[in-house]
Amino acid sequence: MASDALPGGAPVCCPTCDALHEIGPLAKGQRARCIRCGTVLAMGRPEAIARVVALALASLILMGIVVFFPFLQLKNGVFTARASVFDTVMTFDSGIMAPLSLAVGAFIIVLPATRFAALIWSLGPLAFDARPWPGAARLLRLAIALKPWAMAEIFMVGVAIALVKLADLATLTMGPAFWAFGAIVLIAAFKDTQMTRHTLWTALEQASGTPIRGGADAPERPA
Amino acid sequence: MSGPAVTEATTALDAGLVGCRTCTLPSRLGTGRCPRCGARLVSRDDTSLQRVWAWWWAGLLLYVPANIYPMLLTAQLGRKVEATIVGGVWELVELGSVGIAAIVFFASVMIPVGKFVAIAYLALIVRNDHRQNPGRLLHLYEVVEFIGRWSMIDVFVVAILAALVQFDLLATINPGIAAFCFALSVIFTMLSAMSFDSRAIWDRIERDA
Repeated sequence: MASDALPGGAPVCCPTCDALHEIGPLAKGQRARCIRCGTVLAMGRPEAIARVVALALASLILMGIVVFFPFLQLKNGVFTARASVFDTVMTFDSGIMAPLSLAVGAFIIVLPATRFAALIWSLGPLAFDARPWPGAARLLRLAIALKPWAMAEIFMVGVAIALVKLADLATLTMGPAFWAFGAIVLIAAFKDTQMTRHTLWTALEQASGTPIRGGADAPERPA
Repeated sequence: MSGPAVTEATTALDAGLVGCRTCTLPSRLGTGRCPRCGARLVSRDDTSLQRVWAWWWAGLLLYVPANIYPMLLTAQLGRKVEATIVGGVWELVELGSVGIAAIVFFASVMIPVGKFVAIAYLALIVRNDHRQNPGRLLHLYEVVEFIGRWSMIDVFVVAILAALVQFDLLATINPGIAAFCFALSVIFTMLSAMSFDSRAIWDRIERDA
């Protein structure tokens, strides 16, 4: 259930509409929403960080399978063709299309993988109640910024459409990489519902003991 | 969301603070970088709408060749066929996959066109004081931000087909120049949507005296 911000908590500024709130500790399963625009600001989920790290780790391992194993196989009486995700990326490798190859590779492999790695590096130690590793704040910011550009799930839908287009041409079989990619998509969708930014950064800040950067500009509590 | 159209709230700006959009921490107005996460702090971005329009025009300009030029170059037993975006949709309909055709049509035609209209509408509305329901405007913005990336489907389909179907004389599929234009158009409209500052929706609500 949504609850209004509780008084006497940490200052939180809604990233969507700029409304100020103070949010105290939340009970398990409770959510705090912005009073003005309804954006979820915090969730009472003490186990969420460990879960996010575990899911990111699983995705990263699956990513390795995706790159190195065959993805789709096309077969009819006369010919057989196999394509890996890497082949797909290299489709646009000639002339003016070359930058598109780089972009597709970034969208479906490099950026999702970077995002998983950044999440593991910045939040991993927190899952074991350890102090964060250096650069944690920078990498967590990177993970947040990359979110719209990681398009693995869109690629999967593209695969489904390609299968339909080729159905009358030949028999298609899915390789191990196909199923790994499917798993990554599901995991990523689930992972992103686990945390809010306020919760992530508060956890990182508390684990660091001191403010991550200089405390000279420490925020004032709104009156 | 139910409730009144406008809930009065103290904003960070009202309180002389600037809220971090990466980690939600408020800092004193004028602080350069967020002390908690290190993100650059901007209270109200004056260049936001300029950037929205710059990317918007770039995206629209590329959307035109993306529809005129062929997306897919198919050669089957010496017969060469060029298919545009809409042509590809029609081909799916002829194959009997109306559902899939609908998905591709939605992703490649409806979403891009809808995005251009929605972003322009939002950018025009928040330029001046307005009396629109902010919840509704935000909803529109969130839909645009969420759905925009899905237009990349067609580019990925082209890449997969071209990677799989390379059988010399029997059948080959190659990407057409429209794939390039379309991908850039999608990227530019995503940047246009990201440049929009959602806080402007509330800043410009006309208040009755």
